[in-house]
Amino acid sequence: MALEPVKQVRGRAVHVPANDIDTDRITPARYLKVVTFDGLGEALFYDERFNADGSEKPHPLNDPRFQGASILLVGANFGCGSSREHSPQAIYRAGFRAIIGESFAEIFFGNSTALGVPCVAAARADLETLVWAVKQEPGLEVTVDIENLEVRYGERSFTIGLPTTAQKALTEGRWDPIADLLEAGDLLEQASARLPRATR
Amino acid sequence: MGKSLYQKVWESHAVRTLPNGQTQLFIDTHLIHEVTSPQAFGMLRDLGLKVRFPERTFATVDHIVPTHSLLEPFEDPQADEMIRQLRKNVRDFGITFFDVTSGLQGIVHIIGPENGITQPGMTIACGDSHTATHGAFGAIAFGVGTTQVRDVLATQTLAMAKQKVRRINVDGSLQPGVYAKDVILHIIKVLGVNGGIGYAYEYGGSVFDNFSMEERMTVCNMSIEGGARCGYVNPDQTTFEYLQGRAYAPKGAAWEQSVQRWQALASDPDAHYDDMVEIRAEEIAPTVTWGINPGQGCAITDRVPNPADYPQAERAGLEEALKHMNLQPGQAIKGVRVNVAFLGSCTNGRLSDFREAAKYLKGHRVAPGVRAIAVPGSQQVARACEEEGIDKIFTEAGFEWRSAGCSMCLAMNPDKLIGDELCASSSNRNFKGRQGSATGRTVLMSPLMVVAAAVTGRVSDAREVFGVGELVDA
Ligand code: SF4
Repeated sequence: MALEPVKQVRGRAVHVPANDIDTDRITPARYLKVVTFDGLGEALFYDERFNADGSEKPHPLNDPRFQGASILLVGANFGCGSSREHSPQAIYRAGFRAIIGESFAEIFFGNSTALGVPCVAAARADLETLVWAVKQEPGLEVTVDIENLEVRYGERSFTIGLPTTAQKALTEGRWDPIADLLEAGDLLEQASARLPRATR
Repeated sequence: MGKSLYQKVWESHAVRTLPNGQTQLFIDTHLIHEVTSPQAFGMLRDLGLKVRFPERTFATVDHIVPTHSLLEPFEDPQADEMIRQLRKNVRDFGITFFDVTSGLQGIVHIIGPENGITQPGMTIACGDSHTATHGAFGAIAFGVGTTQVRDVLATQTLAMAKQKVRRINVDGSLQPGVYAKDVILHIIKVLGVNGGIGYAYEYGGSVFDNFSMEERMTVCNMSIEGGARCGYVNPDQTTFEYLQGRAYAPKGAAWEQSVQRWQALASDPDAHYDDMVEIRAEEIAPTVTWGINPGQGCAITDRVPNPADYPQAERAGLEEALKHMNLQPGQAIKGVRVNVAFLGSCTNGRLSDFREAAKYLKGHRVAPGVRAIAVPGSQQVARACEEEGIDKIFTEAGFEWRSAGCSMCLAMNPDKLIGDELCASSSNRNFKGRQGSATGRTVLMSPLMVVAAAVTGRVSDAREVFGVGELVDA
């Protein structure tokens, strides 16, 4: 299965502030009552963006200046809580192709990487400067360089963190692991034959 | 230097190293439910793949099942669609399914252990973040996303990077009225909601040695609330006694061999740990949350924080939590009005939870204006409670006694908070909107504290309400 390598993500950015943003906030549980992921883009941050009557709340994603952004800027421990892949799916389907944050919850990180959406870690000061620059100039083009582990915008740049395994998976177009896993072939039957199984 | 259980299990389950450096890890047992599996089966069909080892996957339906009536079709057409989709998937691919008519249906993390499907030394995966519950048996169990559910269905393996291991010792004696739930809320408060990122938690010390399996499950269950994807307790005599005779546990000669193998899997006395944490049991109080993540907790006798006392960088987060909870800076948590009491979930929805709560609830009444529901974690738990007359104690006190499911833990079924109702809850998450209303409020606590809140209509100290220490001495 040939996948598109993810070497660079370039686009405009939008900042969704606060630490410990959990997956219930990213995609409220009622949007999990689906048997496909289609249409989940609309669920993104729904209760943060809209009142019960459907009217808009002030939220960066409702701000016309940031429409069309493809890079999400977040705080620490982003995506904590449930394992629902609905959250990264909603982020992806709302048009985002990379997330820059201080840190990410583990399951969320893995789910995003498997969709080809890099979650890169930045130092707080670097992130704050970038957030400030984006607020000054919402049209600012930001580049997330996965190969060189660097974010660039305007005249500035800073280094980012990404585990080597995820970096390789993304840049080599192996972010969806299924092809690699299937290659194990008979090794799977051998493992199953020697490992325990619950049986009546 | 010796090895930890984590390391031993990891080594025995590694199939090979993948090109990106991750390990291809064999998964002994795969558990699935209706919420995170349908898209995985969809991908499987799109790719023209089969379920490689269908005998290693077990399915249940828990999140969307109504708990007041199991009449089908369900009132909620989306929920009905989900159960029908699951039935089709398990039929098409030959997977064991604990359907609502089986008498064995329940929350995925409750039915695995009670049927003996969860065993020491296994790797277990489930598209659900509370999978670490199964670590109580010395299994390496973790939550995965839907793409990984597909990976396990198709190959019975996952692409994983090895984690570090943190040993958490809790030594000493818990005070009367302090439970496993308080232990884990305390651990999360001390280590933080993201303190466990990159770690597997190994819980030990005299408190865990003395805990029952159900208590160990309560603690392991909430590992993810501390950021740890996996949490476990080494298997011991308590583990083996719990498992012996359960439907899917080894039998006869295989039982003896299994016990020997399990004993050898426990961490060596000189095992290497990447980090060690020591906690004194006496320091743990009945703990409740006051905020919007499980780390925002305090002793029932404490006051909620005043953001002004904290560094500038932390204030916004604290203020947001207090505002959502409608609490004043520095106010006492005890005495806050409660609208709903929820006893259930994969954290505290087992027989011992209902037994302990019923012991004190007997003879009391739910306060006027409080909606109180008790939801057993599985049909087997429900039957066991009913045989002991526990359901009667709850209904006589004014609780609704429901059928098994996740219910108001995340409100994907009709059980929801309304508006900004405040819920005293034995579940595991107090995130904004978690219990079905965007403005709803959740205070996490032990089952006994939930019934104390139900009876008084306020967040209360169960020790005072029920004279807990005295009853234990009597
Ligand atoms: S009881 Fe709650 S936490 Fe547990 S599996 Fe169900 S929804 Fe998830």
